[in-house]
Amino acid sequence: MTANRLVSGLEFLAATPLLWLALTLGAYLVAVAVNERCNKMPLLNPTLLAIALVVLVLTVTGTSYKRYFDGAQFVHFLLGPAIVAMAVPLYRHTEMIRKSAGALFVALGAGCVTAILSSVLLTRGLGSGRELWLSMAPKSATAAISMAIAGKIGGVPALTAVLTISTGITGACLASYVLQLVGVKDWHARGFAMGLSSHGIATARAFQENEIAGTFAGLAMALNGIATAVLVPLLIKFLDRIG
Amino acid sequence: MYAIFVLILLQLVGESIVQVSGLPIPGAIIGLILLYAILVWRGEIHDEMSRTSGFLLQNLGVLFVPAGVGVIAYLPMIAAQWWIILLVLLISVCATVAVTGLVVTRLSPRGIDAIEATVRS
Repeated sequence: MTANRLVSGLEFLAATPLLWLALTLGAYLVAVAVNERCNKMPLLNPTLLAIALVVLVLTVTGTSYKRYFDGAQFVHFLLGPAIVAMAVPLYRHTEMIRKSAGALFVALGAGCVTAILSSVLLTRGLGSGRELWLSMAPKSATAAISMAIAGKIGGVPALTAVLTISTGITGACLASYVLQLVGVKDWHARGFAMGLSSHGIATARAFQENEIAGTFAGLAMALNGIATAVLVPLLIKFLDRIG
Repeated sequence: MYAIFVLILLQLVGESIVQVSGLPIPGAIIGLILLYAILVWRGEIHDEMSRTSGFLLQNLGVLFVPAGVGVIAYLPMIAAQWWIILLVLLISVCATVAVTGLVVTRLSPRGIDAIEATVRS
């Protein structure tokens, strides 16, 4: 009897969305604690650690992603309101944005073209098919935008989603080291570079560094989403013309 | 409640605008622009809005966990070409970060750090 009770109790637990919601939040809290224990080492990004932890639990328990997402969607759902909320720090730092607007505009163009051309030319150069490099082209834009672009230019949106999120994690883990290496110290420049190259996940990292870095990362993410939507089709057409 | 209601309402308005106009921009970014316009118009940030946005943005990292876990489910899709993808992402992301960071630093007016310092305090 008690064994039956236990089994039905476990079945109930696995079926309730609350369990997967709690797992998501709990894994992130553990990840943040580990990150802080290691002096906030950027390579041990809390988002990446939490994803790894959740994947481990899902694999061990044989839980499908669909069942997990039934609970986790409540966290996922807050992404939209969080992006809207970025208007608050943007408003607070309007003066600084206005003063550096010229620099940001040039950097947007240079960064966006670098992101698109480097990924397309490298993927092509390493001998991959057209489908992969078309899916790779919009990877630095935020997922909703990059998937829409991929669909329009003949890439595979699901593949682009994977590449986009991988880009975000790569940037969140490595951007701090690259910026240190090339001697970029100002918060606004660091944040802008993180948000432009690797959208939301690196923006989350930037907000942990400093509010100004986070603000400029959010700004770069929004601007680069729009710039990528405009430039990817143009650059693909240009590359096709020159062969 | 007030702040979270406003954030969700503005995203809803943004999504509706995208549906009607067919703009290639997520509804949340339209919502961001609308909230910014409201803040400019009112000339101040409501206390609760300041706290709620601070809370969401400080914990932004957790909001990407569900989507990130989803990526793992699709990993077999890239299994055959994983080393090409890894190499391209590493080089492309580092190059983009370096170019963008250097351009902003070189072209920003001198003294912008002073503004940073006053804003931060």
